[in-house]
Amino acid sequence: MLLLALFLVPALGAAGAFARGTRHGGWLVWVAAIHLILVATAWWSPPAAVLDGWLALDPLGLVVLSVVSLLFFVVATYAVGYLRCERTGRGFASWLLAFLATASLVAVSHHLALLWVGMEGTTLALAPLIFQRRDRRSLEAVWKYLVLSSVGIALALLGTFFLSTAQGELSPGVRPLVLEDLVAHAALLHPVWLKAAFVFLLVGYGTKLGLAPMHTWKPDTYGEAPALVGGLMAGGLTSCAFLGIARVTEVAVAAGLGQFVQPPLVIFGLLSLTVAAAFVVGQTDVKRLLAYSSVEHVGLLVLGLGLGGVGVYGSVLHLVNNAVVKGLLFLAVGNAVLVVGPAATAFPSSGGGVLRAVPVSGILLLLGLFAVTGSPPFGMFLSEFTIVRAAWAGGHPWIAGAVLALLAVIFIGVGAMMLGMLYGPVASSGPRARESAWLVAGPAALVVAALALGIAIPGPLQQLLARAATALGGSAP
Amino acid sequence: MERLADLLLLLVLLFGFLILGTTRLTTCIRAVAVQGGLLGLLPLVLRPQWSVHTLGLAAGTILVKAIVLPWFLIWAIREAAVRREVEPRVGYVASLVLGILAVAVAGAVAVRLPVPGEHPVLLVTTSLACVIMGLQVLATRAKALIQVVGYLMLENGIYVFGLTSLDRVPFLVEVGVLLDVFVGVFIMGIVVFHINREFDSLDSARLTELRD
Repeated sequence: MLLLALFLVPALGAAGAFARGTRHGGWLVWVAAIHLILVATAWWSPPAAVLDGWLALDPLGLVVLSVVSLLFFVVATYAVGYLRCERTGRGFASWLLAFLATASLVAVSHHLALLWVGMEGTTLALAPLIFQRRDRRSLEAVWKYLVLSSVGIALALLGTFFLSTAQGELSPGVRPLVLEDLVAHAALLHPVWLKAAFVFLLVGYGTKLGLAPMHTWKPDTYGEAPALVGGLMAGGLTSCAFLGIARVTEVAVAAGLGQFVQPPLVIFGLLSLTVAAAFVVGQTDVKRLLAYSSVEHVGLLVLGLGLGGVGVYGSVLHLVNNAVVKGLLFLAVGNAVLVVGPAATAFPSSGGGVLRAVPVSGILLLLGLFAVTGSPPFGMFLSEFTIVRAAWAGGHPWIAGAVLALLAVIFIGVGAMMLGMLYGPVASSGPRARESAWLVAGPAALVVAALALGIAIPGPLQQLLARAATALGGSAP
Repeated sequence: MERLADLLLLLVLLFGFLILGTTRLTTCIRAVAVQGGLLGLLPLVLRPQWSVHTLGLAAGTILVKAIVLPWFLIWAIREAAVRREVEPRVGYVASLVLGILAVAVAGAVAVRLPVPGEHPVLLVTTSLACVIMGLQVLATRAKALIQVVGYLMLENGIYVFGLTSLDRVPFLVEVGVLLDVFVGVFIMGIVVFHINREFDSLDSARLTELRD
């Protein structure tokens, strides 16, 4: 029942928000809080599988579910402050809650076709939020997002059907496309169809994840979407897409195709890091910068998955860190936009002086800068270090070296741009709004979380991450 | 029944070619609507012992792909008052040649693939050819609305492949997939409508403001 409630509560919340025509964030916070309590319940007493095993909660699913639920709660509190400053369309809260519902569905789906339905749902739920402003730039952004994501996700559906074909004649008691049965009877899967399924699912969900070279929608979309939507995409949507890739990888590894799936994952990872490094340097808009930074981090996610061993653990830990830090950065940048105006995100052309215009968010942004570039003592340092160590231990010193070099370039690029934006003369004539408590509480909490993850990972979380990594064929450190 | 299924699949391919070779937007939409209708009939022909599952799938597919979505897209272009594609990036003859190549490639792949069960090779050929043609339309046509048609073709091709495992995929999931396609095309249609209002054109090639 709990698993159904995780999906139904936000879905009903979305319908309720639409019926009430609510334009303030209180409703969002209530629904997000209920969802968070449901997720906490799942931590205490793991729910049993329902609907013939279609919905179940395994460690990796619980990681993604918790990350999405927490991030959404933070975004919901932020939305209270945001909706006081900005006018939005009627459906704003509904679409946000629809995203929460579909993302929860992705996290608890163990039927891979149902997972696809949820995944497409997350894509569609966020689309109307991107073009809130209805101007040319946001229309262009939403069009690219829709076309590329839809095509990517359509290929993933084809991959899902291939996987179903790979099961061949079903022996009695084996459920089609249910993860547990796929893994348990992996040896019986037809290797050709399984390989084809893996390739299509990797490219399909990889498009949604924003791996290079399928990342081209990302800078445009993140650049034009309202900051809180950008935060949900960079932290929540990517986690869901990664889960899709992790599921098929789990099946392929169980079928003994580890040698086949690892090279493409590593290559996509390295390529994403390279593209991010190339475009981060000299970037002139901070939201686009964050988009390329997101390309970097999703690259690290699949790289860790491809390296295997402790790399998988690093990858799952990185998923948590990525959600926390990306949420923090987007919300802090959002505050600068609310107070200074849209010009705040462009530097050096018009922005600057963010630290003076929005002192609290400016400091949060400064801390976020160190968190996102993987500096100690923030959590990302640990996960990136684990992934690099996995490359080294796995006998790929050149991968470890390349990753370190690219991370250094990205550090310089992100640092130069964001420091320039934070310091310098104030660009705007007068503030349009004030940093309210609602606007800074969320990002401040995320800074604390990013620090806590870097200093000491709580025991239960560590165990959960280790179990998730083991299920994916990796190992805990 | 096998003959009838083959005939339907050939018709699906022919209407795919019609989309590749036509200049009129309404013809494209009508062709993709007919394709959707044919796809709706396929499960009835492939599984002559009709069950609730096949009947529901057929009815849902015909309703969404052959009636509602085409009607909505035709409404969108009527509002936009555009009828003709302006100079596609690849000429119509070249498009048709590429389409024939797509069928040839799909056929060559389909014979080599170990398709399980009694399903005819033509099913997989049609599916892959439709997928390739859909991608081709998405890549070579400039108009946003034609790209929606291309996406529908792609989706149709995948649907045909899904028919090979008709008994596997549960009805609930089919409904979910259909619902996603419907909402997806609906949102695309709304965006197309706004693009038209903002740019006075449905030309996605003019969407070039965002770049590094």
